[in-house]
Formats: sequence, structure tokens, C-alpha cells
Amino acid sequence: MQYIPLTENECRQMLESLGVSSIDDLLSDIPAAKRLKQALNLPVAMSEQNLARFMKRLASFDTPHDSIPCFMGAGSYRHFVPAAVRAMAARSEFVTAYTPYQPEISQGSLQAMFEYQTMMTQLTGMQVSNASMYDGAMATAEAALLAVRAKRCQTVMVSRALNPSYRTVLDTYTSNLDVTITELPVNSKGQTDLTPLLSLDAKNIAGVMIQSPNMLGVIEDLESIGRQLKQLKILFVVVVTEAMSLAILKAPGHCGADIVCGEGQSLGLPVNFGGPYLGFFTVTDELMRRMPGRVVGLTQDTEGRCGFVNTLSTREQHIRRDKATSNICTNQALCAITSAMYMTAMGQRGLRNVALMNMKKAAYLKSKLETVSGVSIPFDGPAFNELTVVLPASLDSFQKALAEHGIIGGYDLRCSWPELGQAMLLCVTETNTREDIDRFTVVLSEWIQEVRG
Amino acid sequence: MNCKDPFPGIKGLIFDEPLIFNRSESGRNGCSVPDDDLVDFTYSIPDTFLLRDDIPGMPEVCELDMVRHYTRLSQWNYSVDLGMYPLGSCTMKYNPKVNEEIASLDGFAQLHPHTPIHLSQGALQVMYDLARYLTEISGLSAVTLQPSAGAQGELAGMLIIKSFHVNNGDSQRVNVLIPDSAHGTNPASCVLAGLKAVEIKSGPDGRLDPEAIVPYLNESLAGIMMTNPNTLGIFETHADKVADMIHGAGGLVYMDGANLNALMGIVKPADLGVDVQHINLHKTFSTPHGGGGPGSGPVAVSEKLKPFLPIPIIEFDGERYMYQWDRPLSIGRLHGFMGNFAVMLRAYAYIRALGPDGIRSVSEAAILNANYIKEKLRPYYNLPYNDICKHECVLNDEYQAKNSITTMDIAKRLMDYGFHPPTVYFPLIVHGAIMIEPTESESRRNLDQFINAMIRIAQEAEENPDLLKSAPHLPKLTRLDETLAARKLILRWTPDA
Repeated sequence: MQYIPLTENECRQMLESLGVSSIDDLLSDIPAAKRLKQALNLPVAMSEQNLARFMKRLASFDTPHDSIPCFMGAGSYRHFVPAAVRAMAARSEFVTAYTPYQPEISQGSLQAMFEYQTMMTQLTGMQVSNASMYDGAMATAEAALLAVRAKRCQTVMVSRALNPSYRTVLDTYTSNLDVTITELPVNSKGQTDLTPLLSLDAKNIAGVMIQSPNMLGVIEDLESIGRQLKQLKILFVVVVTEAMSLAILKAPGHCGADIVCGEGQSLGLPVNFGGPYLGFFTVTDELMRRMPGRVVGLTQDTEGRCGFVNTLSTREQHIRRDKATSNICTNQALCAITSAMYMTAMGQRGLRNVALMNMKKAAYLKSKLETVSGVSIPFDGPAFNELTVVLPASLDSFQKALAEHGIIGGYDLRCSWPELGQAMLLCVTETNTREDIDRFTVVLSEWIQEVRG
Repeated sequence: MNCKDPFPGIKGLIFDEPLIFNRSESGRNGCSVPDDDLVDFTYSIPDTFLLRDDIPGMPEVCELDMVRHYTRLSQWNYSVDLGMYPLGSCTMKYNPKVNEEIASLDGFAQLHPHTPIHLSQGALQVMYDLARYLTEISGLSAVTLQPSAGAQGELAGMLIIKSFHVNNGDSQRVNVLIPDSAHGTNPASCVLAGLKAVEIKSGPDGRLDPEAIVPYLNESLAGIMMTNPNTLGIFETHADKVADMIHGAGGLVYMDGANLNALMGIVKPADLGVDVQHINLHKTFSTPHGGGGPGSGPVAVSEKLKPFLPIPIIEFDGERYMYQWDRPLSIGRLHGFMGNFAVMLRAYAYIRALGPDGIRSVSEAAILNANYIKEKLRPYYNLPYNDICKHECVLNDEYQAKNSITTMDIAKRLMDYGFHPPTVYFPLIVHGAIMIEPTESESRRNLDQFINAMIRIAQEAEENPDLLKSAPHLPKLTRLDETLAARKLILRWTPDA
């Protein structure tokens, strides 16, 4: 077995040195009646050659997004990643290290993480970033818990236009805790409407959570929301599922946000069928000590040289146990470091240019869709790279037409937004060509003609 | 000096490297921005007040700067690929390279999570089959792959236990018994699920004493969280008896599967009365730790707990793999999508490469290696609980205390010999614990080398204790001041710093 180096001879010698005759003697503390008498029912071992061949075959049953025109987003975004990022992120010194419990021999991971934290604060306009959470949905749930802890009251108001999976994760995380989640509606522009909040006693509301760009593809007016919440002394949580938007949109931290969290997958991670992704979590200085998760800080060695360590650990489960700010231990360190590599490779201008290109592609898509009669674009709020469209006939039938033309369409909004009708959330990024968009529009027009007979 | 086979720790050529922000030069461009195929398309950004001008501080470097920066940083890291990493309870085994290649195949890495099921059958099959394999290894009935790490698996498990009791009209069942040797995540996960952690003192032999739980066998009992083998590396011999007692009182048994590397193919947790367990793919199933993550913490449950699993679950109708969402008793979701899929892929490939005999051999070799180290080091280091161990053993610094040498000094000195130190000061029930988990990946030569380094350090503690107190001497930096870091918090770079 290639992964187990012990030879039979070594095995025997080692057992002898232990004064036992077989491995079974080392298992004598396991009740004999419970020990397995037969082999596990698993497929037989495969050689590396067969394994690689077999896995390639399984992979061939899937359709990667870059092999056909794809318009899917909704929490997972298709972006170009420079080869240098993959090459650096694949270095086994980063890949095969553990959590940096011994900082003297983990400075690579630690410095890269400190740089990641810095870049996330630059991108969000916040003061402090942790070293990552599992994903955007879990980071959002932790943000609600932080708001409740910080404000010592139970109600958190959440925009209706929060990604529905995030909402379910939030509900799951808070289901057995003393936390009440209530919803804020969306107005005709597709932006969150704060009006219901104004009739409530602000003292009982811990925080308001707004996703921007939101689940309908609309950019929220964070400055105006931030101003209102500041007056009411309610914590402002901004959730960002498309981190690329942060490179061009006004930083939430400059709009009065107290917590900015969400999904960093757009920053250099492949879509990976949903994971591993990067939950990012940034806060103001005031909330730093209540923040969940690991964080890296600067310090010195005994000779006065700069170095990095995990710090603020008195918040964490290994010290505080049942009183910790979160139960998180393992995080998404390599994903965080990869995103720092991506931001470094792209640089300030690269990020901005790509983000602008996303906006431009979305504008182009919108201009094309506006020429198709029968299609409506229900929200006129500003967009980044996603757009809600409503079709004149069944979405299922349109998906079928797209499949016949070898196109992956957008996200089906009917489940979470039934009142919109046959609605779909389309996403275009720098990976979508003009030709893709034109072709999509043609298929759409033809389908409409067909269903209208 | 042993010229044939020296200790790997030796001074090498190490490059210093500033923070990336100090390499930045305004206006330098490092990337190739994708071509704009909409040059002739003009549009007006509707609300310019929504936009930012720049991202102050974001680095501007060229590609070579970036590559050198991260290459140099990487060289300051210890890693499994560099040397033995015997961190107890972390299972730092070898991470097979073929698994990295598999995870990067386009059909997996470039597969969007919302891809229609008829275009993602390969990925769905991987998840469906991996869940089946884990079901077989645990002996339980069903598995969710959604949790992103062990702690999230614990939370899932606790939420399932909570929901089970609430569904039975037993919402008063909130007490979860947790031995004092448990990982800190156990009590923290418990509280997050709205349950109450009740600490149980370990018995004199380091095991859970069935007598100790008797006072809690009542209407308030939700269940027990046991790590087996426990964090002392000792098998909980009374596990099945404890399980019977817990079940008799209406509670459920959760097993923290962090130490599953000791049990595969030897005993199925379900046969020990376990109702729920999480499994760390990043420990037992060889997926790399990435400097702290990503991991993956699937949860296996018994038949009666199946309805409470997170949604969606994957089903197979004999022809097609598909999602099943209609599960009214489900605890909900823990992840925005299906979990850390690329981690699952690696674990899947690992199981397929090993097969049933290989899987069992893994656990056997892990146990043999740990016992070998324990016996060889016993004359030199105190062994607080003298028993056969499973995949790890726990020593401490009691013999060295007379020279004022602590576990931390021993750990730091090991770095000079070219080894990553074991887990230290955990479990909390052992003063100055040194928790060693060699895993099955290490050859006898490597074990002997590690043992010799430990013996040498024990001698140094007698003869030259200052050498240990001032260790490490060979890494890039000497001991780092964690108190200073916590007192004068600097958590990001700023231009004026």
C-alpha cells in the first residue's frame, strides 16, 4: 500500500519491541464482541492509474461552466483566475501545513493571513478582519449572533433580498437560541424598504442585515441605510455575496456598516461545485473583541524581529469552551490565502477593471434583453453583474430550450420569489463573451416566438 | 555527527521578505485583464455616487514580485511534505498528490453549484458514494456531507439531537454530558444548539467511568458527547455500557470522530451504541489542512435521526442522482451550497485508492506507530496514563520539571531537530501534556529519528537546560511574544506603520 510505509519485517520487529505478538494485542481494550469479524464493505483498492482514469470519467459526466455559455451566479461567481495564483496556492508548504499553533515555523501562513486581513479591510473599508469563516452563509449567521451579543437584544431584521440559502443557514444557526429574525420587504426598485422598521422601537432591534448587490441583482443604497441606522443606534450588517463588487462599489465601511461579511469565492477561488469557499468577516474596532474566529496579529521575537501569531484567542473555544464567541476551530485558511494571492496578482487596477467589465457586461445584457418583446425587467435599481428577468411563459420550458442549445441559464427565482412569476436571475462576468450574450438573446427571442405561436 | 542519517533540522538559506504592501509601487500593473469585447458599447453607470475611486493600500506589484513573495513566505512554513508533523488529534498524515490533480479536473473545479442535475451527475455520484462509504465505516444509516469542518459537524449533530427531543415532546432534555478531556469545540457547539454542557470528570485510568454519569440519567438528559479513542489516545472501554445507560435514560450518544483514524475497519462506532458522529475528512481521510482549513466534517446518523439531516440530501433512483428537498423535520442548512465539495473529492479518491483492507491497515499502522513511540519514550518522559494507546499517546514534562524545563521548551527545541512539535498543553486534564500522533504515514526510520530527537532533548534538559529555554535556534525567528501581540493589537498593515 503506497500510503503506508511499514514493511512486514518492520512491523514484526516493532511488535516484538512492544512485547506483543500481533496487532490484535494492541486492540485488546476494544471489547472482542464489538470488533469487526469481516472486512468493510467498500470497493476494492484501485491503482493510481485506474483511479485517475476513473475520476476523469466521472468528471466527464459534468459540464464545466467554461465549456458552454453559462449565466449562473446566485452566490457562486465565475471569474478568471491568473495561473500564478493557482501555482502559488498549490505550494505544498501552504497546502500541507496545519493551523499555525507553532508560530516560529508557520510564519509563511501567518504573514500571508495578516496580508489577507489587511486586504479585506481595504476592500470593505472596515477596521478589523478575521482569518476566515466557512462560507458566506455561515459568516452571515455568525454576524447575526454577534449583533445579538453586542446589543443584548434579540431581534435581527433581515432584508427579503438576502440569498435564500443564507437565510436558511441563518435560521438554522439561530433556531434554538433566543434570537428573533424578522424580514424587511423590497420596494419597486428592488431595494430593501426600511419603512416597517420605523414603526418599531429601535431599542429592541440588535441589527439590520442587508445584502448588496442583493438577491435580485440590485445594488442597495448603503449610505442612506447606514445614515438611518446610525440615528437609531441599530447595528448595520452588510452581506456581500459577490466580493468582486467591492472593487468598484463604495466600501460598506464608508457607509456606516458595523459588520461587513459574506462570500469571498470571487477572489480567486474556482466555483468547485459549491466549496470550499471563503467566508469573510470584518468589523469595526468596537466589535473586535466579540468577533468570532481566528485572527493573526503582529508581534516580536526575543530578538526584537517582527513576526506574526494567532491572537485574541481568549475569545475562542479552546480557551473559553462553552463561553466562546463561536465554536469555529478549523476555518478556510488556504482559501483566504488564495484570495490574498489573487488580490495581489490583480492589484488595485486589475480588480477595478475586472469589476467595471462585469458592470459593463450586465449593462450590455440588459440592453439586449430590452429589445426582446415579452421579457420584463422588473427592477430598475442599479446592477453589478446580475439581473432579474421575468419571462412570458414557463421557465421550465425556457430552461429546456436553453439545454437544447447547450446553454446553462440563470438561477430559478420562483421558489423564493413566487410573486414575480417566471423569474430568473441572470449573471454575466468577464468570462461571458459578447457572443454568449447575443446567442442567449437569440434563443430567448426564438423561444418566445414559439411559445406565443 | 551522524553523517549517514542526520537530523533534518539544519540552518539553510532563508530569504527575508517584507509585507506585500512594501513591495507595491503606484501605477505598476501585474495582471492581464481579460479583453474587452464590448469596446463599441457605450453605457452610462447610472449612479456614480455608488462607486468608489480606488482601494487605498491594495498592492500594485508585477507577477514576478507576487511569485517571489509567496514562494519566500512558503519557505518559512513547516508542512507534512517537509517533515514529520506529530500533532496529536490532528492526524497529519500524507496528502496524496493524485488527489490534488483529481480535485482540479475541470468537471469538478469548474462546475457551478447551481448546474442542472443532468449536467452534474459525476459530482452528485461522488457525493452519494462518499456518503455511502462513510455510512459503512461508521456503521450508521445515513450521512450528510454539508458541514465544513469538525466543529460544524458537531453543531449539526447537536441540532439533530435537539430536534429529535423536541419532536418527541421532550424539549426539557438539554443536558449534554461532556468528559473533561474533550476538545473545546464540544461544549461550544453544544451551547450554540441551545443545549447545556455538563462536564464529567474522567476516571483515574483516563477513561469515562460509567458511575460518573449516573447522577445525570434523568429527564433533563439530552445525550453525551464522547471522543473515542479519547484525547489521551485511550479507547473508551466502557463506551457500549455508557451508551446503554444513556439510551436507557432517553438520551442519545454523539461521538466526536476526530480520532477515527484509530478505528477504521476495526470497530464500527454504531456497534458501540453511537447514534450520531462527525468525521473529519481533513484528518482521517487524508485531505490537506491548508494551514488551518478548509476541512470537511460529514455527520453520520442512525436510522431514527435520518429525518433531521440538513437539506438537501442526494438520492439515486437507479438511473439518476438528484436532490431531495422535501424533509419537514430537517434542521435546515449549514452551508450556502452542498459543503466543501473539493475536500470530499479528495476523501473519496483516498477511500477508492485504499479499499477495505487498506483502510483497516491505516488504522492498524497508526496504532502500532503510536504505541512504538510511547514505549520508546517512556523511560525519558512521564506517561501519566500507562495503558496501551490507540493512534496517539500523551506524555508530559514531569521528569523535566526539576530542571525548570516545561513542555513548551521541549516543543520549541524539537523544531531545531527538524520536527514539528506534538500538540502541547492539551488535553487539559494532563498537566503539561505532550500529545503525539505519528499517523500511519511515517516509516520506522522517521519514528526512530523523532524518538532519538526526543531522547536527546531529555538529555539536554539535564545537561544544558538553557539550550531548551532559549529554543528554537534554527528557524527564521526565535520565540514569539504572544502576550505582546494580545496587549498591543496590530491586526492589519497601515501605510503609516
